[in-house]
Amino acid sequence: MDMSRLPKAAQLASLGERAPRWRPGLARAKQGVRHSEIFASIDDAGGAACALALALDNLRHMVTDRLEEKPLLWVQDELSCKRSGRPYRPGLPQELRHRLIHVAARKPEDALFALEEGMRCRDLACVIGEIAGNPRALDLTATRRLSLAAEKHGVPLFLIRHDARADVSSARMRWNVRSAPSPQPRWNPAAPGQPTWHAELFRARTHAPGEWILRDDGQALVAERPAAERATTPDHGDLAGAAGAGSLAAL
Amino acid sequence: MAIWLALLALDRWRHSENCRRGERADADPLALIAETAHGPRVEAANDAGLEAGAGPGMMLADARTLCPQLKVAPSDPAGDLAFLERLAVWAQRWGPWSAMDAPDGLLVDVTAVAHLFGGEERLLKDVHARFAAQGLTARAAIAPTAGAAWALAHYGPKGAILAADDDDMARLSGLPMASLRLDADVLLVLRRLGLKRLGDLAELGRDAVQRRFRNRRSPSANPLVRLDQLLGRVPEPLLPVISVEAPLVQRRLMEPIRHRALLDQVLADLADDMVRDLEARGEGARRLELGLWRVDGEVLLRKLELAAATREAAHICRLFAARLDDVDAGFGIEMVRLRAAWSEPLALAQKDLDAAAEEHGTSLAACIDRLTVRLGERAVRKPVLRGSHLPERAQVWQAPLEPEQASQEMLDFHPRPLKLLDRPEQIAVLYASPDGYPRRFRWRGGVHEVVRVEGPERIAPEWWREKGSARLRDYYRIEDGEGRRYWIYRSGLAGDGRGGMPDWFLQGLFA
Repeated sequence: MDMSRLPKAAQLASLGERAPRWRPGLARAKQGVRHSEIFASIDDAGGAACALALALDNLRHMVTDRLEEKPLLWVQDELSCKRSGRPYRPGLPQELRHRLIHVAARKPEDALFALEEGMRCRDLACVIGEIAGNPRALDLTATRRLSLAAEKHGVPLFLIRHDARADVSSARMRWNVRSAPSPQPRWNPAAPGQPTWHAELFRARTHAPGEWILRDDGQALVAERPAAERATTPDHGDLAGAAGAGSLAAL
Repeated sequence: MAIWLALLALDRWRHSENCRRGERADADPLALIAETAHGPRVEAANDAGLEAGAGPGMMLADARTLCPQLKVAPSDPAGDLAFLERLAVWAQRWGPWSAMDAPDGLLVDVTAVAHLFGGEERLLKDVHARFAAQGLTARAAIAPTAGAAWALAHYGPKGAILAADDDDMARLSGLPMASLRLDADVLLVLRRLGLKRLGDLAELGRDAVQRRFRNRRSPSANPLVRLDQLLGRVPEPLLPVISVEAPLVQRRLMEPIRHRALLDQVLADLADDMVRDLEARGEGARRLELGLWRVDGEVLLRKLELAAATREAAHICRLFAARLDDVDAGFGIEMVRLRAAWSEPLALAQKDLDAAAEEHGTSLAACIDRLTVRLGERAVRKPVLRGSHLPERAQVWQAPLEPEQASQEMLDFHPRPLKLLDRPEQIAVLYASPDGYPRRFRWRGGVHEVVRVEGPERIAPEWWREKGSARLRDYYRIEDGEGRRYWIYRSGLAGDGRGGMPDWFLQGLFA
């Protein structure tokens, strides 16, 4: 084996800097990422919404020769069904409302089976999974199976991991997502605005890690750098935590 | 040709008792009874029973006073009907097309087939002989219309034949009014009017009868319509009985099998046979039943329902393989049978020529079949809209490949959450005034400061469905300090007289 052909350690270390930064609409590239994991809290629909937004971004930029609407498979295990609720059709993005097929799996093993079957199906646009915690069934082998199936059949998978530790996995992109304060709507400044998420790409095979504020404005996914965002909207998180706990305990 | 089985219930009972008419068990008075709201009622009685005074329609208690030694057996109308249905298919030996005339008659179309039996007389003789050989009392008659044949079979002379060139009215005018197949109350009216024979109706004149029954639309309530049907002036549609046989393949095994690999092999052979069978009929299977006959007299059944009609052997095998894991072969399985209990037309399609499509994954129907087999039918569903303002009732779930019912699209006045909890969870809310905005709430052990709020959106209860004490809901769309967006509601108003202070619930999670 010719050792000189292999990359040097220094080259490997600098790979992250040379790799293109992630930006919306990268699915147009011929080798888009097919397997993403999104870590989110189970008490917050931001993870699922961000996954949907990423999936939608993928669909909008996918090179398709036929204009057809393929359905979308959404798999939930029992705990995510119970704790974070089922998808609600009137609240889904307009393009996906009529295309949803929902699978309520009882065990994480069943959910993994459903995910894999979904990815093998040529008539599905994408597969969204929700698995709570770190079940034993979802080990490195299982994630590897999912990656291979997704890449072989070209059906992207967005797996939402509720309240999970980021242990070993072969997912091509791994995100940490939480809801972020929304921008002020134009007509009623006191109302919640357009859904906004804080997404941190902490591991990716082909991209450098980074943080973004993501928002779906109806036509495309908009990504901003968080520093600029932080200057305009104050962060209320610390205030609420400090003030809230004491006074509510008396209720 | 109409065939009347006058004593169908009794003939079936005699058949089950294995005795001839008037012999052994049939020699004693017997009545077939049905339970009614007022006690048991005699449905039919045999010759000895009729002689003793027990007639059809009597209460059993009355019949017992006349004939204390009367024996009873329960009648079986459902069994009679099933028997009649089989008999209707059997009666197609005399004609290409037959219909049931419930509860005790058959109609067979014998147009232009009588010469095959040597004329109409010999055809009727054959009918009577065949039914007599089966132990059934039958009266048959041939006429140009179903109504006339029915009337002659019930009230005409035995073996009556009405030829096409006879004068219908002259032959039929002597028959009683009941031969028009009318309802009992209409017959009563006619009897009170003094009309007893069909000829009376013709003498009275059409206009008078028409005036009396002008607002009766149903044929069985209007004597004129029935008379016209009898004479062939208006058509009378009939529902034919058609025998449908389900595709069935089976394998009898020389040596009982006890191993899974062999069973899989047999199943693959059966699936191939079934596919060939279905292909010949141009159909695809929707429901399949696999029966495994064991040596020790047990039968194991496995049923399978498919999301779309299919004719793929590999797909069928794969789905059954998941259902065969818990089969206990015992001392071995000696026969395997596969039956397509429900099949739908499926056009013959050319096989996919380009092999890439086959490598490229399964079809949607196959994927849903696999998921349904493993996870159960209720696990794979699709949300559809329903017309209701209550959020949890505005969405229902249905099978994924079923067509959606047309409905009005939701009016997007107010945003709706991405996810809805199965049941709303109660939260503790701090507010400035009872009907004002929420300030802060506690949910699942965490405290959320309400930073932005929009509302209330008031949704009233559905008074036509719920109790009067149901409370209205005021929905608020809120965002907390960390940017998490929720949908919460206050159930009721303070002082609405429907309970104490209103409770707060969290129902949905916004994107």
